[in-house]
Amino acid sequence: MGELDRLAMYQQMVRIRQYESRIMQEYHADKSPAWDIGAGLIPGEMHLAAGQEPAAVGVCAHLKKGDAITAPHRPHHFALAHRVDMNKMTAEIYGRTTGLCKGKGGHMHLFDPENHFSCSGIIAQGLPVACGQAMAFQRKGTDHVAVAVTGEGAANQGAFHESLNLAAVWNLPVIFVIEDNDWAISVPKDASTAGASNADRAAGYGMPGVRVEDNDVEAVYEAAGAAIDRARAGDGPSLIEIHTLRLFGHFEGDAQAYRPELETVNERDPIPQYAAALQELGVLSEDQIASIQADADAEVDAAIEFAKSSPEPAPEDALLHVFA
Amino acid sequence: MSTATGTRRVTTAKAMAEGIGLEMQRDPNVFVMGEDVGAYGGIFGSTTDLFGEFGADRVIDTPISETGFIGAGIGAAVEGLRPVVELMFVDFYGVCMDQISNHMAKIHYESGGNVKVPMVLMTATGAGYSDAAQHSQSLWGTFAHLPGMKVVVPSNPYDAKGLMISAIQDDNPVLYMFHKGAQGLVWMEKNPRSIGEVPEESYTVPIGKAAVAREGTDVTIVTLSLSVQHSLDVAEELEGEGISVEIVDLRSLVPLDTETVLESVGKTGRVLVVDEDYKSFGLTGEIAAIIAENDPGMLKKPFRRVAMPDVPIPYARPLEYGVLPTRDKIKAAVKDLMA
Repeated sequence: MGELDRLAMYQQMVRIRQYESRIMQEYHADKSPAWDIGAGLIPGEMHLAAGQEPAAVGVCAHLKKGDAITAPHRPHHFALAHRVDMNKMTAEIYGRTTGLCKGKGGHMHLFDPENHFSCSGIIAQGLPVACGQAMAFQRKGTDHVAVAVTGEGAANQGAFHESLNLAAVWNLPVIFVIEDNDWAISVPKDASTAGASNADRAAGYGMPGVRVEDNDVEAVYEAAGAAIDRARAGDGPSLIEIHTLRLFGHFEGDAQAYRPELETVNERDPIPQYAAALQELGVLSEDQIASIQADADAEVDAAIEFAKSSPEPAPEDALLHVFA
Repeated sequence: MSTATGTRRVTTAKAMAEGIGLEMQRDPNVFVMGEDVGAYGGIFGSTTDLFGEFGADRVIDTPISETGFIGAGIGAAVEGLRPVVELMFVDFYGVCMDQISNHMAKIHYESGGNVKVPMVLMTATGAGYSDAAQHSQSLWGTFAHLPGMKVVVPSNPYDAKGLMISAIQDDNPVLYMFHKGAQGLVWMEKNPRSIGEVPEESYTVPIGKAAVAREGTDVTIVTLSLSVQHSLDVAEELEGEGISVEIVDLRSLVPLDTETVLESVGKTGRVLVVDEDYKSFGLTGEIAAIIAENDPGMLKKPFRRVAMPDVPIPYARPLEYGVLPTRDKIKAAVKDLMA
């Protein structure tokens, strides 16, 4: 991995973090004093991925135009890392006509066909769809791959196991990425999942399974590179479980009283850790840290401004787009 | 116009398979997948002979994994292929409804019209051969209730082929619901109307257009699927008794051809809706609502319906036929309307 790769990954993580942090601010800004989930410029549930940037950035660094991703209800980091336009995505989150889906989808239902990106609010149900995209790539004779992302809680869904079996039996170019952030909303992994590592489950389907510890973007990069190369070469699916960190609540408004290790989350934040590691390697200076942050601030501010200044849809537009 | 290649008498099942095969010849993006659709030819004959013609690459046997392979159909459709996916019995919807309702039917809308899902999901419906509560349902009302998928329900071989070709060519997800008892299977009792004249060449039957299966002046029967065949039998019998029955075969539930329904009801002033699906909150009530919203005064007699009572479908023959919309029940209801 070269210096430029490392800097690009750091930059992408900072960009995503700035996005999630600003969306959190904006989301809460107009929901007080009586907090109401349906109020404000960004209504509805909001699942932010701060802390999980290494998963998205390490995987997406290997993807090229035309590769597909299906993400779950917590999708922003994978969307941004997979080239989804920040302005259009933000406008969608604000429910505006300039949004990716003209305000029909919202933050859990982002569709960007240009980048073959989609997400679903139903956990594990994006996996079969990714298998179908991979099937299409295979049938068309391309070397494109599909990445199916889900949380560790979703690995107990039938759709997860059906998809692993289907991908294996048809040798599909799919990479299953499990983001293990320790918590399925409020239920810890050891209370819900038999076996400590979902990577072990891959063996049951005859595919490689790797678990990446420590929320380390470079380790994710290595594991994902091997899996994606394998899929592109026609050698079939792989599974990667990434032990990551949910820095914020399951959704905004989640007080996380169930979470005994909450006090230590900031110590485990992967971004300052990676910055320190890169500084130690001599590839990142204080000036660069400042300028990368400033660029991210400006890009995110511009996207939020774009969203806020975009028109809202007319009520009658609700009746459009049921059928093509 | 090309030279007609003529017609021959084929079963509904064969007509369906012919429709799929013609589209597979025309468009290399069309392929079939499902349980036992390959060498077996579909448990209810929907893929008869396709495996021999197109091979395992385009007629794909799947694992028993409906969420997995219906979801894969959606993903393939999103990427521009045109999969025809079979859910063996509609009753199996319980293990894959998330893919059908939350994904197949919603993606186009959720995406603001940016993502198309050109997919056909074909599935067997219907009772009458003692397959009991988990293998006999119709359920079209359930799917028609959920926005985002077209729903077609052919009653005969001609429509089966033409609707299949339309469904495959449609850019939307289409649920294609065929009745086992109307397939013309050699191993199941069938109405002779399950075998009929079908052109050899490709043709379409428009989705969203009902057919007047029989013209009449006294009573309108609005129905679909196998109940069309029963209703035609009843109409022939009643003709001898001086009752003229018009039959509207809906053929599509989504979109629903309300115009043809209202035109016929306006003509006869008497309406019976025959539905093998459950009675409450379904098709029969919907037709009543459409008439009431249009002009309740168009009815000379109160609205009538013969539908599956709100019970799970029982096994024993006397019980099953006790709840099915049989010819006797249809005939009695028509005579009652004329009394």
